[in-house]
Amino acid sequence: MDAERVAQRLSGASVRQALCIDRRNFLRLTALAGGGLVISWHAPIAAAAAGAAAEAAKPLPDPNPFVRINADNTVDILVNRLDFGQGALTALPMLLAEEPDVDWSQVRAGLAPAGDAYKDPVFGIQMTGGSNAINHSWLQYRQIGAVARAMLVAAAADQWTVAVSSCTTGGGVVRSGGHHATYAALAEAAARQPVPEKVLLKPRSQFKIIGKGKGRLDAAAGATGKKKYGIDTRLPGMMVALLQRAPTFGGQVASFDATRALAIKGVRDIFQVSTDRGGTGVAIVAEGYWPAKQARDLLQVTWKAGVGGTVSSDTLLASYRDAARSPAVLALDHDMSAAAGAVRHVGGEYSFPYLAHAPMEPLNATFELKSGTATVMAGSQFQTIDQGAVAQTLGLKPEQVQLITLPAGGGFGRRAVPSSDYLREGAGIAKAWYERQGDKAGPVKVMWSREDDIRGGYYRPAHLHTVDAALDDKGKVLAWDHVIVGQSLVKGTPFEGFLIKNGVDGTMSEGVVENVYGLPLRLRITHPDVAVPVLWWRSVGNTHTAFVMETMADEVAQAAGADPVAWRLDRFAAGSHERHSAALRLAVKRSGYGGKLPQGHAWGVAVHESFGSVVAYVVDVSIVDGRPRVHQATAGVHANLVVNPLAAEAQVQGAAIFGFAMTQPGFEITLKDGVVQQSQFTDFTPPRMTEAFPVAVHFVPSEDPPTGLGEPGVPAIAPAVANALAKLTGKRLRKLPLVLA
Amino acid sequence: MTTLNINGELVRVDADPSTPVLWALRDVLGMTGTKYGCGVAACGACTVHVNGQPTRSCVTPISAVVGQKITTIEAVGNGRVGMAVQAAWIAHDVAQCGYCQSGQIMSATGLLETNRKPTDADIDAAMAGNLCRCGTYQRIRAAIHAAAKSLA
Repeated sequence: MDAERVAQRLSGASVRQALCIDRRNFLRLTALAGGGLVISWHAPIAAAAAGAAAEAAKPLPDPNPFVRINADNTVDILVNRLDFGQGALTALPMLLAEEPDVDWSQVRAGLAPAGDAYKDPVFGIQMTGGSNAINHSWLQYRQIGAVARAMLVAAAADQWTVAVSSCTTGGGVVRSGGHHATYAALAEAAARQPVPEKVLLKPRSQFKIIGKGKGRLDAAAGATGKKKYGIDTRLPGMMVALLQRAPTFGGQVASFDATRALAIKGVRDIFQVSTDRGGTGVAIVAEGYWPAKQARDLLQVTWKAGVGGTVSSDTLLASYRDAARSPAVLALDHDMSAAAGAVRHVGGEYSFPYLAHAPMEPLNATFELKSGTATVMAGSQFQTIDQGAVAQTLGLKPEQVQLITLPAGGGFGRRAVPSSDYLREGAGIAKAWYERQGDKAGPVKVMWSREDDIRGGYYRPAHLHTVDAALDDKGKVLAWDHVIVGQSLVKGTPFEGFLIKNGVDGTMSEGVVENVYGLPLRLRITHPDVAVPVLWWRSVGNTHTAFVMETMADEVAQAAGADPVAWRLDRFAAGSHERHSAALRLAVKRSGYGGKLPQGHAWGVAVHESFGSVVAYVVDVSIVDGRPRVHQATAGVHANLVVNPLAAEAQVQGAAIFGFAMTQPGFEITLKDGVVQQSQFTDFTPPRMTEAFPVAVHFVPSEDPPTGLGEPGVPAIAPAVANALAKLTGKRLRKLPLVLA
Repeated sequence: MTTLNINGELVRVDADPSTPVLWALRDVLGMTGTKYGCGVAACGACTVHVNGQPTRSCVTPISAVVGQKITTIEAVGNGRVGMAVQAAWIAHDVAQCGYCQSGQIMSATGLLETNRKPTDADIDAAMAGNLCRCGTYQRIRAAIHAAAKSLA
């Protein structure tokens, strides 16, 4: 990061910035037969393990390319992330294309398969999460682009016997005096150039692509039905499999009768398999989804209840209430004795239901097994973990499993599963299918129905918060006693060691412990063990903590007789939270906050930082048919330098709708005796066009290295709506979804 | 064997007559542009046109559409309205994950085929059956208005 800081400080200068390539040994250029150039990246981890000698002996061409300059001067760029709507497919190529001044119309992008080279440069595993794609690859992709430029320019300078410094680049062409040559024409000579020890990165003032709104590179394919998602995989002889899981998590098959199911035309095989969390189920393999589904509907299965067989949402809430009275772990300490001097208290009990992610493309994965190797094709968000899990299930080594990353139809967390639940189950079905069929077996696509998805667990956990804010006669907070009860997201997963500190799962306390309002805040936490699988849901802990903190901020401001915006800005100023201030001020300014609204409307405000970015919302809300209705939202966003403003705006607009869903009756998952009560978009109801609202998105100008945008738009919308609602009704609703009496 | 008219061509489909058009398209004919999202006509991802009318293909058996004209996302752009809608979708960078967008485009095209100047209320009514979990509704609305303008 030192080089980056230097570059940052000098960003106004008109010269390119020097950046040393610490890992130059890991970059390699290869000429392509028939013209063209490939730049590959050798993973430091793999190289270190293999030893320098083995590394040197590694044959070319390298299997891990990042960029390929083709003979027709088009440029293929591989993206080390999953793209499931957040825009990495376009933004990372923008970073790479910037440095060598590639003609943007000649850029094509693809998703990288599982491979050491594509591991997150910070996390050390290949994954997409934490809104980190651009933040973590900001230097990496520009560096690769800069290396390409340096070598193309060096090749041109050699050919023309001119000074490197006399060469300019633009539109995929190198020029010097009367000379010019396309990158494609220079590719072969460039590949023979030594990889430079340092490259020069452009100053911000010279950016031609970064910071300009670019449409998704797959927009045309998407609009014409040509874009292929995981679920669209078709291979010769491929079968489709569905799995009948137990009605309770971890439930097991006592017995099953497949007689009627097997009679469905196109059904090839029905057999028992292992399922997630120690359960068993019945797999149906058929020539297509429809016969598989018909057969599954006819299966007769009797079940033994599993580990989750006793959970009910109402009794769970009661048990959380008990747990909140004697919290287990101190996450943030503060002396609460000043509360004795309080003249009034605000706060209360907040509750949040389980939530399904419900991405539009249901989970799926396709498996093709050969002797000693396997190929899996999936919209994997955790390639390193998923590759290992599939290998383990199949009895192979990770390197014997080729994982092809395919675009996914949304994820919102559901495709980033530490247990790789759906890939392990799928691999188990594939393994059994191949074992049972021998030579007759072929590839199998394991699919989830929407019902499987909604009932399938891995929910945003239910939570209970209690807050007691003790105030003096002027509304000043004397003591803020905060308790959170909820399942840990990472306990028992490979992430436990990183994310649980002193018994506190940081994915639950985030959004409170930062204490941006400088409150006398004590936070205590209990992580109960509940047999319902849970998982991060877009913006993770902030989905509930922001609601509590930002609605409480309004209550405390009101108690102090202060305007909620002024109250926040005062505290941001006291704590030097300039980015919070800037985002909130921008939203307020552009929204007309405080101005006159139609009868029955009210303003609501909230601001929250997550994943390094601050998003403030000002909303205009009324009540329509007993539900909050947002007429206009205005977002003020501080995400530092915005690489692709068009996509960044879309992320905030979409995240606002995604977060707004939490307020809407019908958007919750409940359990009764271990059985999930919802199963479809008819009883788990995300917002539709009729509930959607316009979001005007404004970015605070900045030249600092970019922070996240996939998730930060989610947390602040629900509390902004709740704050407006409280003004309209005079009542505080502390239970989500917001049900008006 | 059922014969269907899909995108102007007569196609023989070897599948049970109860098979929904969605699965005939995807699994039998290999036309994967039409998407599965729910299977119960609750999300609109599977929308195709039957005689120009937006129809949820996941609950429409092939036996019910014999002799009728089925149009899918792969061919909707052959018509002037469909082409205008696709162009507006690209110009407005509507899609995020994009999975629901085939269905959105089919519903939007259906709307504009019968109503060249849709109001916001018309758009609400025509598009309420199409879910988008990425929340692209604002740009969908803008793209529909833009497509309408381009067709005027």
